[in-house]
Amino acid sequence: MPKLIPVPDEVSKPFWDAVNARKLVLQRCDSCNKLQYPPQKTCQVCGSDAKLVWKEVAGKGHVATYCVIEDGRLNRRMPDQPYNLVMVTLDADPTVNFYSNLPGTPPYKVPVGAPVEVMFEEVAPGQLIHEWRVV
Amino acid sequence: MATPSNYKWRRDKDGLGVWEHRGKVAVAGYGHSPVDRRWDGVSMDKTLGAYSILACQKAMSDAGVTPDQVDGVICCDSHIAGPSGGSASRWAPRPYFAPPYDSELGLTLINAEWLVKQLGLKNIKFAPTGVPTIGEMVGMASQAVGDGMCSTCLVIYPCGNLEGRYRRGGENADDYAKGARQWTVPWGNHGGNDFINIFPHNQYCLKYGGHHDDLAPFVINQHRNGMLTPWGFNATHDIEPISVEDYKSSRFILNPLRIWDCDRPVNASTAYLFTTADRAKDMRQKPVYVLNHSQHSFKKRSTQEDLDEIEMWTDIAAKRMYEGAGLGPKDVDIFNPYDGYSIMTQFYLEAFQWHGVKRGDALKFYAGDIRVEGPHPFSSSGGNLGNGRVRTAMYTDSIEQLRGTAGKRQVRVSADTALAAFTTPPSGGWIMFAKHPS
Repeated sequence: MPKLIPVPDEVSKPFWDAVNARKLVLQRCDSCNKLQYPPQKTCQVCGSDAKLVWKEVAGKGHVATYCVIEDGRLNRRMPDQPYNLVMVTLDADPTVNFYSNLPGTPPYKVPVGAPVEVMFEEVAPGQLIHEWRVV
Repeated sequence: MATPSNYKWRRDKDGLGVWEHRGKVAVAGYGHSPVDRRWDGVSMDKTLGAYSILACQKAMSDAGVTPDQVDGVICCDSHIAGPSGGSASRWAPRPYFAPPYDSELGLTLINAEWLVKQLGLKNIKFAPTGVPTIGEMVGMASQAVGDGMCSTCLVIYPCGNLEGRYRRGGENADDYAKGARQWTVPWGNHGGNDFINIFPHNQYCLKYGGHHDDLAPFVINQHRNGMLTPWGFNATHDIEPISVEDYKSSRFILNPLRIWDCDRPVNASTAYLFTTADRAKDMRQKPVYVLNHSQHSFKKRSTQEDLDEIEMWTDIAAKRMYEGAGLGPKDVDIFNPYDGYSIMTQFYLEAFQWHGVKRGDALKFYAGDIRVEGPHPFSSSGGNLGNGRVRTAMYTDSIEQLRGTAGKRQVRVSADTALAAFTTPPSGGWIMFAKHPS
């Protein structure tokens, strides 16, 4: 069963456009030099909206921790259960993190601390999402 | 009735000092409805509205207050089983009943206006809308009474549950992820306190040592305390106690989170009566004074809160509460933190350093004697895990312990102060009660 399909909005559209082009871009505040994800209207550190720019980042990270969803509430994901839900930290800034189902890694077999790299997965025609796999 | 829209009642900043109304506000009464697993959709005497009316009547009776004396009503009007796919979202709107049940109000939704009408309250001057959950409502009531917005205030927290699986449906049944959910649900996180805490909890076990199932003694003790709580779901439904083996063999929800780590959704309502300390002295019960209330609302840095953030947030919450109450960790006798999922309670315990528990100590503390008869009667209420998802056991137990009316749960150690909360690490509130006003 495919994953739920993200619906881009005004703030997130550049992000999803980049994902659809198989690129990982994050907002960076030129005042703070801080990356932020998910995208927001303003910098979460200094509140600036004028100096937020989109910056492509290396899709390199590490597995911080995980759980295995055995009895979730999302109808669309029920057939996938059990499946991994992993917290991935970005190497470029470990305070930035992402969720992942860690494709290619069986449930319960998640290597905590392992390096991962970004990949892209189609969830609907023309719509990709960012995923991560163990390197 | 007046509904001030810009009333600044929160104490949600650092450095506010001792609360200006410390000891001048009191809880004079409380009332619980029966706690059912679900509303059956047909029994009009068991609707959330009927139960809220009953809870209010009990609270007024407990305090010895008549409806004409009540001049404030604070009622949480959110649907606990929604909006993230609550049962009502699947089957409302639908054919309704005769008044007062001719809309969803009274069945699965309650608000102050509906309650005021049903209870025949004629002298209401404070009945805000958009009221937050119970963790903040008690603070709102304390501040409102202290500020003179009202003098005798009913605080009502309804918790609904209907037929069907909890929070299945609505946006959880959607194929699309909109708004903030675009960053979470494609990968399976549909939101909630379980997701907030499971990752930091795993990091906690990794950082400090220990295993998820070390929570078993805490969960089992919550069930035990629940069975000592006459009004709670477990006690009124003869729920069998669980053993360590029961716990360890129970099914997983978000592995390692087990079913017994989660509270049981119920259909019930609770009411409290807040008033001025001066008025409370002439009411039916011994007053339970409010020494402080505080709130917090923290924004996570990224998609998922991590252990560092959770520890920082709970440390700040503890600092704010202690500062406003003029107390420290050694001054707190009764400690009733929130336990809707067992995996978060250690964060509160360690932040507030109750009985000297520091970061990384909680699992070892759970393995000790935390029974109400013992030296460390942690979470004497039994919380949500022991009583069902009423989210009020923490407050009621604190009041009863200070009154000395907790029955079989009455702690053997001193009970002069009590700290209670319904809160998540990122948001919610705390309240400090005391037997004496200063």
